[in-house]
Amino acid sequence: MNKSGKDGRPDRRPGTGLEQRLESLETRLEKRRPREEEAGKETSPGNARSGYAIALRLSSEFISAILVGAGIGYLLDTFVGTTPWGMIVFLLIGFAAGIVNVLRSSGEMSDPYRSVWAPEEDDTNGNSPGAHPGEKKE
Amino acid sequence: MANDPIHQFHLNKLIPLEIGGVDFSFTNSSLFMAVTVAATAGFMIWATSGRGLIPSRAQSVAEIAYEFSSNMLRDAAGSEGMRFFPLVFSLFLFILIANLFGMFPYFFTVTSHIIVTAALAMLVFATVLIAGISRHGLGFFKLFVPSGVPGWLMPLVVAIEVISFLTRPISHSVRLFANMLAGHITLKVFAGFVVSLSALGAVGIAGSILPMLMTIALTALEFLVAFLQAYVFAMLTCMYINDAIHPGGH
Repeated sequence: MNKSGKDGRPDRRPGTGLEQRLESLETRLEKRRPREEEAGKETSPGNARSGYAIALRLSSEFISAILVGAGIGYLLDTFVGTTPWGMIVFLLIGFAAGIVNVLRSSGEMSDPYRSVWAPEEDDTNGNSPGAHPGEKKE
Repeated sequence: MANDPIHQFHLNKLIPLEIGGVDFSFTNSSLFMAVTVAATAGFMIWATSGRGLIPSRAQSVAEIAYEFSSNMLRDAAGSEGMRFFPLVFSLFLFILIANLFGMFPYFFTVTSHIIVTAALAMLVFATVLIAGISRHGLGFFKLFVPSGVPGWLMPLVVAIEVISFLTRPISHSVRLFANMLAGHITLKVFAGFVVSLSALGAVGIAGSILPMLMTIALTALEFLVAFLQAYVFAMLTCMYINDAIHPGGH
């Protein structure tokens, strides 16, 4: 398209095939990409939001485990008649389960995300360091 | 009151109905659930009716929604998990569309009531339990017995694991419900500031710009949350289904 419109551009680089043009476009894009990523990381408004989401997720995991533990203890006490020991023991176990939940969800929640985005992330990670020298394969 | 932030969550009986002493009234919540299901099903049927090799715009949207959730399920639970795809897909679309309907002014947000989200979470929980036991029999309970734990510690660890398993429906439902409830209340409170400040005259109108900006930002954020929470709910469903298919996998 440019060839017919402007004669100056193709003349400057004689013998530029489609592949070379694509390559130069790619290197130019790669130069831009890391900057955009960094800027996105620093100033994205979603960051505070995702922190809030994480806080809500972890606290709901923790509190619900304690509630379930207390509930089981209470039921055990009323049906077996071991007041207050069931409540005490299961509240403590519920507390431990809450800690397990929090540890697991802070580790486990990132795992599925990683597996979902793994191909893309690997690509960008593989490309961006290789892109700076400008000597890519192909 | 127009400014009451809780007023939007009131249930109104549209068609009072009582069967055997139990209240079966058709409420505004039921109405919006029915509208959500109708809109979702109607859109999917309409969008895929063309069956074009080159999809139309609507068909693209339907295909993107399908592929998004099928990839999510396949990544989390493997190709065996695709048996549960109808459940995951309907849950994802129902929650997403219900959340987005909630963003219309004067619409009722179905997912801001814990009874709705708890019912959805219990559905997932029961599915995981039944599917897991029917597939693996007692082997399903290997889920509670992590490998590499010394024998004397086992009773304690199993008790912790069982309680941790039982918390799933609670945290699963509370997360969605709390996000929607808190978001809508915040939105309403800030919007209420605009109204009450601008009643104070010129200074108030100038001052109401700040909560107005906040309301606009919160609205954008709520759209994000509407999508994100539907995604998280479906994602967790996929992970729980993975536990039913591969117990002892973690």
